Amino acid sequence: MSDRLPGEEYRAGRSSGERTDGPELPLPDDAGPIPRVPRDASYWAAPVQRLGAVSDAARSRGLEGKRLMGPQQGFGQLWQRNYRVPLPGVDLSAAQVVGEWKARFGEFWPSGGSFHAPLAGIAPGELAALDVGVGQLVLLSTGVFVLYADETSFTFMTPQGHMFTAWITFAAEEDGGTRTAEVSMLLRAADPVAEVAYLLGAARMEDRFWIATLTNLAAALGAERRPVVTRITCVDRRRQWRRWTNLRHNGGPRTLIHGFRAPRG
Amino acid sequence: MSVTQLETSVRHTDRDVAVIDLKGDVTAASEAALMDAYREASRDEPRGIALNFSDLDYMNSGGIGLLVTLLVRAKRAHQQVTAFGLSDHYRQIFELTRIDEVIGVHPDERHALDAARLGARVR
Repeated sequence: MSDRLPGEEYRAGRSSGERTDGPELPLPDDAGPIPRVPRDASYWAAPVQRLGAVSDAARSRGLEGKRLMGPQQGFGQLWQRNYRVPLPGVDLSAAQVVGEWKARFGEFWPSGGSFHAPLAGIAPGELAALDVGVGQLVLLSTGVFVLYADETSFTFMTPQGHMFTAWITFAAEEDGGTRTAEVSMLLRAADPVAEVAYLLGAARMEDRFWIATLTNLAAALGAERRPVVTRITCVDRRRQWRRWTNLRHNGGPRTLIHGFRAPRG
Repeated sequence: MSVTQLETSVRHTDRDVAVIDLKGDVTAASEAALMDAYREASRDEPRGIALNFSDLDYMNSGGIGLLVTLLVRAKRAHQQVTAFGLSDHYRQIFELTRIDEVIGVHPDERHALDAARLGARVR
């Protein structure tokens, strides 16, 4: 029986006194066991300070050089928004549902917007450009960073210039024998202008957008039609006034220009 | 993917700071365990809470979201939150998600407790 400690199996033979046929790897005498690789290691994006080399689609939306913004970096009230739809009649595993969702993400978006998936697909560290129609005239152009992706869920994080500072998670699971699909987000409006817009109607637009997305997903997977259940909680009513300076990253002016210039679709 | 439960224990080191030891997986499903631990830690109204991640096995984006929710509750109670025991991997996740800007990350328990006390005092 091996007397090696758990986690030591990847070390070269020198410290265990065994001879190896290949060249011996130099190891300091006091090298301890190599730490175990965390189970979630491949699911998270590598650390980034600023968005670096981006696609043309992302560059045209001003995403190059932007920082990522979590809910704690935003200005407005902190909201937890959950949208959940059962998928009765769908004979796919949760991983298969999420696999379809990742592969065809843009297809499920409501009309009036477009999602430009990264070439490598929805995978940790990838950046996607997107446009969301607001009424008939305005097209919000921005992007999302794939923060996390495993077999049954994936999470986007917003960059500077996005209306929200948010983590948005898409997941599937089994609930009492029925598959369910869910979109859940933790978000703040990025700046005071976005907060006003949120209170004046952007929140309702969020509801319509994600309910339509889940309805489209359910239909595409062949599920019997069921209503989307919405749960909205204000986690923090306080606004983070010191974050008003996020205004300088507000993508509104550039978005409007891009929206008027760029063809939709 | 197998998911294990989050186990928590609470230590009241002194009147000012309580430590929550986390063991296992931190996911969205850990909400009840984490918030119960927070309630227990806050029982004597400490000025600071230190989170011990030494035995953290797994964390997903839902788990990070839970930490933000805990942080909001702590802020409401005027408590300073610090963290210690993070491996390089989880330290990088804290940086990536920028949660390290709102939860002070420290190399060991002593520094985390000191920071929690100091943060509470200067508030």
